[in-house]
Amino acid sequence: MSMQVLFGQLLVGLINGSFYALLALGFAIIFGLLGIINVAQGTFYMIGAFSAWMLLNYAGIGYWPALVLSPLITALIGMAVERALISRIYKLDHIYGLLLTYGLMMFIMGTFIFFYATAGRPYPVPADLLGGYNLGFMFLPKYRAWVVVVSIALCVATWFVIEKTPVGRNLRAATENPMLTRAFGINVPALLTFGFGLGVALAGLAGVLAGPIYTVSPLMGGELVIVVFAIVVVGGMQSIFGAVVTGLSFGVLEGLTKVVYPKGSNLVIFIVMFIVLLVKPAGLFGQEK
Amino acid sequence: MTTSAPAQTDVSATRSRVPQYVMYGVGLAVLLAAPFFVYPLFLAKVLCYCLFACAFNLLLGSVGLLSFGHAAFFGSAAYVAGHALKEWGLPFELAALIGTGAAGLLGFVFGYVSIRRQGLYFAMITLALAQMVYFLAFQLPFTHAEDGLTAIPRGKVLGLFDLNDLYVLYYTTAAVFVAGYILISRITNSTFGQILKAIRENQPRMISLGYRVNTYKLVAFVLSAALAGLAGATKTMVVQLASTVDVHWATSGDVILMALLGGVGTLFGPVVGAGIVEMLQFYLADSGLPIQMVIGAIFIVCILVFRRGIVGELQRLRGG
Repeated sequence: MSMQVLFGQLLVGLINGSFYALLALGFAIIFGLLGIINVAQGTFYMIGAFSAWMLLNYAGIGYWPALVLSPLITALIGMAVERALISRIYKLDHIYGLLLTYGLMMFIMGTFIFFYATAGRPYPVPADLLGGYNLGFMFLPKYRAWVVVVSIALCVATWFVIEKTPVGRNLRAATENPMLTRAFGINVPALLTFGFGLGVALAGLAGVLAGPIYTVSPLMGGELVIVVFAIVVVGGMQSIFGAVVTGLSFGVLEGLTKVVYPKGSNLVIFIVMFIVLLVKPAGLFGQEK
Repeated sequence: MTTSAPAQTDVSATRSRVPQYVMYGVGLAVLLAAPFFVYPLFLAKVLCYCLFACAFNLLLGSVGLLSFGHAAFFGSAAYVAGHALKEWGLPFELAALIGTGAAGLLGFVFGYVSIRRQGLYFAMITLALAQMVYFLAFQLPFTHAEDGLTAIPRGKVLGLFDLNDLYVLYYTTAAVFVAGYILISRITNSTFGQILKAIRENQPRMISLGYRVNTYKLVAFVLSAALAGLAGATKTMVVQLASTVDVHWATSGDVILMALLGGVGTLFGPVVGAGIVEMLQFYLADSGLPIQMVIGAIFIVCILVFRRGIVGELQRLRGG
């Protein structure tokens, strides 16, 4: 095998890993705060990508504003959904949250298919990020480098917000003990809505980043959430660090498998999950509550 | 997780005004007469999904375990039985048996791994494992990737009756369904079924009483997987097709909806739910409305306002 192929696949793996990490991070925040398994996480990734495509094609708004606007739109849609539907079932068994968000995923996906069919739509790479760098051993497209850098920066920033800022402190307090947090005069329901918005906004942002690399289609993201499941089962849902690291390494692992044994690249993540469950059922970074 | 499903009411409910055997008699009469009023091939297909939904609900209704990967068992049995019918030329009885066995074996492997985690993790793990089967269906030599197994011959049942006759086809499927339903009902009402219910209600207490909780869960999982396999194998014979749709996660989602819509806490609910979902899919196929949209909407309504399901609500009204 040539070095070019190896590094090429490594890069693709790193990019996929960045998307996995962003989605898993948002997923972990939502689960920690709301106790909801958000099956629709991949759908919000699709909404992020589609809203960027709509901004460009219907309003002529380009990539850079969309990078801010689309996650905001995604967050607003998510917060509306949380208020209207999800907040009604907090008192029920958590399994209903999983089923409700599954229904939501099907409904949103179906609605987009109804209006836009399933064909992929291209989203152009922004002019500032065309071209690439010749590193000697491989050619690195600028846009792909940008995606990896911005994703990792975002994961770090999210970690910073949650661990070091007052908002993050409230979020963590509401995760630990919502009753007591309320007694301190903090508006927990509003915080939950905000947390859901934050979680899906990360998915939406991943969607905007993914637009120019893949095509924009209602079907994108549908299966991504299954990978996210495997990530949080392996990484443990309690730790944000675990979700991010597992997400990135799963992407890289997929890329490497594509070089060594292409047929196995789809399966490798699930095989790893299988082995981890046999050896360390509680996951690599987590402990079962 | 322990409180997930509304308590399963015994089928031998003492409160019902109509004696139970009368209800069974009426049900059987409807089953026997139905093909003279509705297209038998469609009915046979619906019955396969009814059995699938009942098999799925054996796990959710009794033990309270939500499997999000039952398409893996339904679909792998569909492929194995299809291969046995088409390539090996085996009769339907044997093909169904092999398919059921394969699904049970897969259920043992998946169950062994997934019952190590509780509640929501269990659901996520079953879905992730099932996705493995989905990818394998694209890559294994005998599944024929996107094409799937097509034009599968039906052959003869018991070596005598030609299954290409629609009435033979229907009554054979109905016999499989009735056998499966009776088995599931017997399991639910047996001592074993009572222990499963007790595990759902209070797992720590059952452990302290000395029950090997995980063994019981695993046996329930294997039974549910094998019966889902029986449904899948029979479906392959009926529609003469095994494809990646059978192992897709949306099929796992559909079967959850069938149980939910009909009533998770009831034995007969999944049959009603499966009938409605299959009919919807049939009528929506020509409407141009994406099926996902409708399925999703029903899901949301069910969860928000209708958690007992149709049969569950009826039982509540009758029981007072």
